Formats: sequence, C-alpha cells, structure tokens
Amino acid sequence: MRFIFKTRYEQDIVLAKHGGHVFWYSLLLLVLVAAPWLFSEYWLAQLTFVLIYSIVGLGLMLLAGYTGQFSLGHAAFLGVGAYAHAALTNAGVPFVIALAAAAAISAFVGVIVSVPALRLKGIYLGIATLAFGFIVEEVFARWERVTGGNAGMHIKAPDLFGWKLDTATSFYGLCLVLTVLATLAILNLLRSPTGRAFVAIRDSEISAQSMGIHLARFKTLSFAISAALAGVGGALYAHKLQFISPDQFSILQSIELLLMVVIGGLGSVHGVFLGAIFLITMPQVIALGKDVLPAAIGQAPGLQGLVYGLVLIGFVLFEPLGLYGRWLKMRTWFQIFPFYRRGLFRRQKAFQKSDRLK
Amino acid sequence: MQVLQIVISGIAQGCIYGLIALGFVLIYKATETVNFAQGELMMLGAFAGFALMALFGLPFWLAALLAIVGMALCGMGVERIVVRPILGQPAFSIVMLTIGLGFVARGVITMIPAIGTDTHALPVPYKDQVWNVGTLVLNVEQLVVIAATAALSALLYLMFRYSKLGIAMQAASQNQLAAYYMGIPVKRLNGLVWGLAAAVAAIAGLLLAPITFVHANMGLIGLKAFPAAVVGGFGSLPGAIVGGIVIGVVESLSGFYLPEGFKDIAAYIVVLVMLMVKPNGLFGEKLRKKV
Repeated sequence: MRFIFKTRYEQDIVLAKHGGHVFWYSLLLLVLVAAPWLFSEYWLAQLTFVLIYSIVGLGLMLLAGYTGQFSLGHAAFLGVGAYAHAALTNAGVPFVIALAAAAAISAFVGVIVSVPALRLKGIYLGIATLAFGFIVEEVFARWERVTGGNAGMHIKAPDLFGWKLDTATSFYGLCLVLTVLATLAILNLLRSPTGRAFVAIRDSEISAQSMGIHLARFKTLSFAISAALAGVGGALYAHKLQFISPDQFSILQSIELLLMVVIGGLGSVHGVFLGAIFLITMPQVIALGKDVLPAAIGQAPGLQGLVYGLVLIGFVLFEPLGLYGRWLKMRTWFQIFPFYRRGLFRRQKAFQKSDRLK
Repeated sequence: MQVLQIVISGIAQGCIYGLIALGFVLIYKATETVNFAQGELMMLGAFAGFALMALFGLPFWLAALLAIVGMALCGMGVERIVVRPILGQPAFSIVMLTIGLGFVARGVITMIPAIGTDTHALPVPYKDQVWNVGTLVLNVEQLVVIAATAALSALLYLMFRYSKLGIAMQAASQNQLAAYYMGIPVKRLNGLVWGLAAAVAAIAGLLLAPITFVHANMGLIGLKAFPAAVVGGFGSLPGAIVGGIVIGVVESLSGFYLPEGFKDIAAYIVVLVMLMVKPNGLFGEKLRKKV
C-alpha cells in the first residue's frame, strides 16, 4: 500500500502524484507515439477516432461531470465546429487559423446556449439543449450555401504550414498532439480556482453562490470551454471522415456522446478515455457477435441500439461510477487486500431531495 | 376555411403530443423523474394493438383494450424491475436509464421477424372516412383523436378529483414522505403511476397509428412531446394537453405559412422562447423554498 508523505502544499495539486503516475503515463504516451509502427492501418484509424471522441468527451465531461450541466444537444457543437472548419478550410484559410476559428465559433454558440441555461435546472436544461440541437441540425440541412444541405460537403486534407497531413499516420499524429494538449488543459483547469468553482456549482449551487462564485459567469464559461473542445473535435472529425452531412450531428450522436461520459464514469478525466474506447470498440464487438447469433437477432437493424441500451441500463443500475469506478474498485481491492468491504463505494441515497423546491 | 382545416389537423396532432406529454407529467409528478422512453411505450402499444389484430384476428375494440391493459402491466413491470432500485439517485441517472430503455424497446421490436422492420397500417373501423360539414372536409381519424383525448382527460380529471386512488396519488406527488406517514403505500402508487402512464401512451399509439403508420421509429415523436410538457408547465396535467395542442397548432400553421423546414423545428423554437420567457410554463406551479 502506497502512502504519500506530503511535505509541501504544492503536492496537493501536482499532476503526477507519485512515481507510479510518472512511469505509467510516460509508458502510455510512448506506446501512443509508437502506435503507427505497432498497429495495423485499421486499428490506427480506430485509435484516431478514440482520440477525436476523447477531445469532445473532455468538453462534455467538464460540462456534465464537473459543472453538473447536462447537455442533450452536444452534437450541435460538434457539428458547428465541423461545418465552420470545413467551410473555412475549403475557402483556403490555413489549418491552424481555421481550427482556432472553429473552436471560437463553437464557443460563441455555446455562450448563446448558456443564456437560457442560466435560469434553468435539471430536466429543463436538458430540454432546452435538446431543442437547440434539433434547431441547429435543421440549420445545417437548410443553409445550403455554406453547408451543402442534406447532400453534405467534402473537406480537403489539413495543410499545416505547407505540410500536407493526408496520410493516416500524420493525421493520427495531429490528433494525438491535440488530445494531449486538451487533456493537459483540462487537468490544469480542474486544479485551478476556476475548476474548483465548477465542481462547487455541481455540488450545490446555493453554497457555491454563498462562497462568492458568480454562477452566471462560471456556467457560461463552462459552456464555452465545453463547446470549444467539441468544436475542435468536430473539425478533426470532419477531416477524418472527409465528408460531413447533417444527420451525423443528430440527437443520436448527442446521446452517444452522453453515453460515452456516463459509461466512462461521470466526474473523472480517465472516464472520458475509457468511454471513448468503449464507444469505438462496441460496434466491432457487436459485428463479431452478429455471425454467432441466430439470423433474426443478428441481422436486425436494432441490434446495436439494443446492446447500447442494455449496457447503459446495466451501468446505471449496477455501476453508477462507470468504467473508471470499476477500475477504482479493483485497484482498491488490491491495494488494501484483504480489507476490502462491499460498502466501501456505496453512495448515499438522496431521498426527498426535490428539484422542484429549489 | 382552409385555416380552420389546418387548425383542426393541428389540434389532432397536438392531442397526440398532449397524451404523450401527459405520461411524462404523470411520472414526473409522482416520482420526479423524467421518462425518456415514453415515446417508445407508445410505439410498443401501437405494435401490441397491431399484433393482436393482425395475428390473432381480434376485433379492433378488444385488441385496443387488451393492448392498453397489457401496456399498463408492462409499465408497472418496468417500474418494479429497473426504476425502483435506483429511486433516490440523481435525476440524471434515471434519464440515462430511460434512454437505455428506449433503445432496448426499439431494438427488441426490430428483432421480431416479419413485423418489426416493416411499416404497417392499423386496420381501424373508421379508416379513411371523411365528413363534409359545409365546406369543411373533416377526417374522421382526426376527430376520433380529439374526442378520445377529451374523454380520457375527463376520465383522468374525475379520477384525480374524486377517487381515493387519485387523491392518494396527488398527496404522494406533493410530498412523498408526508404521504407515507399518512399510510399511503407510496411505492405501490409509483408502480400504478407508471402503469397509468404506459396505458395513456398505448392509447396515444393506437390513436396515432391510423394517421401515420406503425413502425419501430414512431416513438421518436416522443421527443416532440417534451416541448408540449414544458409549454404546459412540467407539473400540470391539464397543462400537458393544452401544451400539446399549442405545439400541434403552431406546427401545422408554420408548416403552411412559413418556408419549408420550419414545421420540424417549430415545436423547439416555441419551447426555447417559453423557457426564456416563462420557465414554469403556462400552468406551472411556482414554488419557493423557504429558508
């Protein structure tokens, strides 16, 4: 069992708490850098998708897992980023500027959404973001001059200062760099006063307010950062698929993004990556299962939805902390062997904590 | 005249939204959770009615009755098996859970061979009949929807106003703990509320089926019932029906007067405006916590 003996206050907030962290995360980074030489082309593409979804998931995790604001229309931000980036890139704007502009436009849209969100809580916020998502999807389909309407639009390969990133490997490198930057930014944000304010708002708005946190400002900020990350993710998503159309940013995409953070584990940065891996590998597992199952079940178009639904129900019922929570439990079991108790992670039930009387 | 025609078809569509919204509101009032699978319950109800008529050859009324009762039992079962264990956890857990339930319902339906993947017309006795009143051409299917909604609303009103069960439900929805102390079996009531909501959803499905069709994705209409519930005020039963009618009428009018595309998002624009102007809805109660 590891015991960290703290001698300085800074040790409370350092990113790498102990040698184990340094070792394992360095190893992970090494494997990721070496991935193009280790994995086949196909798995590299899947890994790229995991990275892209992780960037989007980081944003959603900040909003849903750390600020407690649930967005059922997050695919709209993804779409705004993707379309803004695609339109700018096709107009000849350099990659870096287009990416920054996509993030900025998404963030701006996020600020607009947060205006009604400031007065809303819980399910009302969910419905507002849901409505917003539908409206944005319709705008994509109708604003044909910019978005190409339902026919969709193509996007050129990214061009980084004259260096064309048109191979799978180079694009993977770009995604990896951006993911690492985004992760570090989020981790840094979470240990800063701003991040603490987000968590305080999640846990109790009233007590956060009494501690001098400006609710409106921080909620807007959370929406903006979250939308900006979704925009960056959207831009990469557009490049990866090279083709975008409005139906890629529908309510189902929003639900998949939520599924990702819920299954990964709300309120943990690790959960984002675990959730993204789950989201990308699940269709492959289902495809494998299709051949084994009888035809009526295996060939049904709803099979994927059924499996997602069952997994979601299973996690909500039996493992509300998500994949990361499961990992924490396993680790704790080994760390304090043989003293693990079943109730160690049990959450308190909040009966009669009414939303209506707030 | 044409406007009146459009308004009537809007009201009929709005009644469907209202009935689904009624399910949301019933469950929300009783358990403070939002059931995202309400649209899928409606889809299951329509499929149950269709299967009973087409496969077993039952007459329409019997099939409808059996489908409604079956769905009520199904709703109670869902409450008992998956919802009750997580009662008391954050509202968002239940939202995700019911989204999952919706996925499962849609997936299971597509797996039933020869039924699930196709689109069916429900053979109701009043199909494709029209009444000519003056210059108005009234579709009987739409009139049935409106009449059935009115009758159901009246029935629910009487139940909540006069029956012991309805009053117990009101008490439990105002304060579960106090109701429990008064000897009301709150858990069993929650099960009954889910059953009631599922039955209402099945009725909505059976009413909608002749107008559109019976297919696996018809439950997505439930997403349009959210605006209806919010416009009416999320905690108000008459509000749900009124909100549904408002949404339905706005939708059909904007489909006629505004450019293409506005029809699909009219409901969402209305709800966003409503949330900004009056977040409690038309009939919503305004509660303040006393410190």
